[in-house]
Amino acid sequence: MKLITVAGPPSSGKTSVILKTIAALGLPPGSVGVVKFDSLTSFDHQRYDEQKIPNQTAFAGKICPDHHFVSNVEGAVEWGMKKGLSVLVTESAGLCNRCSPYVNGILSVCVIDNLSGINTPRKIGPMLKYADIVVVTKGDVVSQAEREVFAFNIREVNASATVLFVNGITGQGAFMLARHWQDTLDIRTLRDRKLRFTMPAAICSYCTGETLIGEMYQMGMVKRMEFDDESP
Amino acid sequence: MKAPDYVAEVSSVPIGDILRRYPLAVDYLANIRLVGVDETKTLPEILEDVDEDMLEEFGLDREEVIFHFSAFLEAFTRMEESIETISSITILGGRDKTGRPEMLELTVTPGEVVSIVGPTGSGKSRLLEDIECLAQRDTPTARQILINGSVPDLDKRFSTGGKLVAQLSQNMNFVMDLTVQEFLEMHAKSRMIPDSAAVVEKCFAVANSLAGEKFTLDTKVTQLSGGQSRSLMIADTALLSSSPIILIDELENAGIDRREAIEILVGNEKIVLMSTHDPLLALRADKRIVIKNGGVAKVIETTAEEEQTLHKIEAIDSALLNIRNQLRRGEIVTEESIPEFQER
Repeated sequence: MKLITVAGPPSSGKTSVILKTIAALGLPPGSVGVVKFDSLTSFDHQRYDEQKIPNQTAFAGKICPDHHFVSNVEGAVEWGMKKGLSVLVTESAGLCNRCSPYVNGILSVCVIDNLSGINTPRKIGPMLKYADIVVVTKGDVVSQAEREVFAFNIREVNASATVLFVNGITGQGAFMLARHWQDTLDIRTLRDRKLRFTMPAAICSYCTGETLIGEMYQMGMVKRMEFDDESP
Repeated sequence: MKAPDYVAEVSSVPIGDILRRYPLAVDYLANIRLVGVDETKTLPEILEDVDEDMLEEFGLDREEVIFHFSAFLEAFTRMEESIETISSITILGGRDKTGRPEMLELTVTPGEVVSIVGPTGSGKSRLLEDIECLAQRDTPTARQILINGSVPDLDKRFSTGGKLVAQLSQNMNFVMDLTVQEFLEMHAKSRMIPDSAAVVEKCFAVANSLAGEKFTLDTKVTQLSGGQSRSLMIADTALLSSSPIILIDELENAGIDRREAIEILVGNEKIVLMSTHDPLLALRADKRIVIKNGGVAKVIETTAEEEQTLHKIEAIDSALLNIRNQLRRGEIVTEESIPEFQER
């Protein structure tokens, strides 16, 4: 089974890109499945159901979404193997712009949209830096120049990634993405594979349910901001 | 130069000199929050004073910064060198939606204009996509695209990454909050053009000559009118885009000098494919591709007679334009506003 990890900010077009790419793969119905990792709610399962794509949704709830992802992705692979899938796609939202739920040796795809601001690629961090393929969506509504500058800013952060423009509505560009998916590694399990990048550091008192504000309530990993201390 | 050579250079040369040799390097440092560094020190020396925790936030340690930075310099220098020269593209027919083979072998060279006509949903975008991904009989249409008369190698196919085809359509807008000047400078920088000031100036002049109403360099791109935006996009695509092929989707109703727009694109050695039903544009193309039922039904060379009719169509077009301007000026449209046309 081939495993593809897709990550990207909320509403960047991950589900649309996945649906169009699955269509472009042209594999028998039921042989490509999706596991969606979200935090609170998700409506994407309806779209997968409509296309009769086997899918599962997991909610992180109060757990850090990336920690939740990494502790469940192995189970996702087992589910895919049991279902007899030939391709399994995991979809997760990068909620703190820092993390990259990417695994060494597993094709990692980052989806970002061209409307999100020209400097966005510089702010996303490891989710973009460690991706093998960066998919840019919503390029059809901005100028050619903005598409080119956006792609340039992506390359400044991740010079080795392949940058692809995919139209989530018409599916234009999904063909090339499908080609990359076809060429990826076949695996049976994720056990003992390594994350490309560390997950966010925990634990502070707020991780464990503290709600009061003030230094006396803070324990564990705390990062204190430095303000300029000149008097006016 | 290979990546290890850059590692050696970065490790021994003061960062100030590196920044002067590779102007883009400043962006790399800014991306990992290294600003205002001591220019007399080398990067490894600078990194010694940097908090490891800060680097870790970016997923790097001191050693990795050097390698990552070297890979960055190597990639951008390589990009600068690999300017594509395309002397022709050839479209070899596949089949239409009913499986009927397309009788097609069409070669287009820079400076040529091909229009694409056909009903909505007939497969015009599919043709574009085949060109964009350099289809090799592996897309639903089974078409094959040749570059310079031969099959492009697989590496090239995967690495062109959407750089082959530039697109212009009526749905496109500017979303950056920048002035015209800042916008053009930013695009020139991303192309690593050495004398960007001259190109920016030229691009601005060309855009203004296309637009009905003039605009200034300090106008925000988001505040340009429809016609002005389109003019700037065309000038920018002609002069600053790296893509050798331009696909235009419906240029009509744009409030710009369409004839001059096409001439500017063609004059800059671009291959222009234009999906349009505007007779003024379609008949000005050298050839037009007729699409039906997902396939190319035929390719028509613009005939001498069709070229003759262009004068009359232009007269009709300018009559309509005059009426529009009359309306705009608040005048009353009269019988005299409409010229007599030859009765058939």
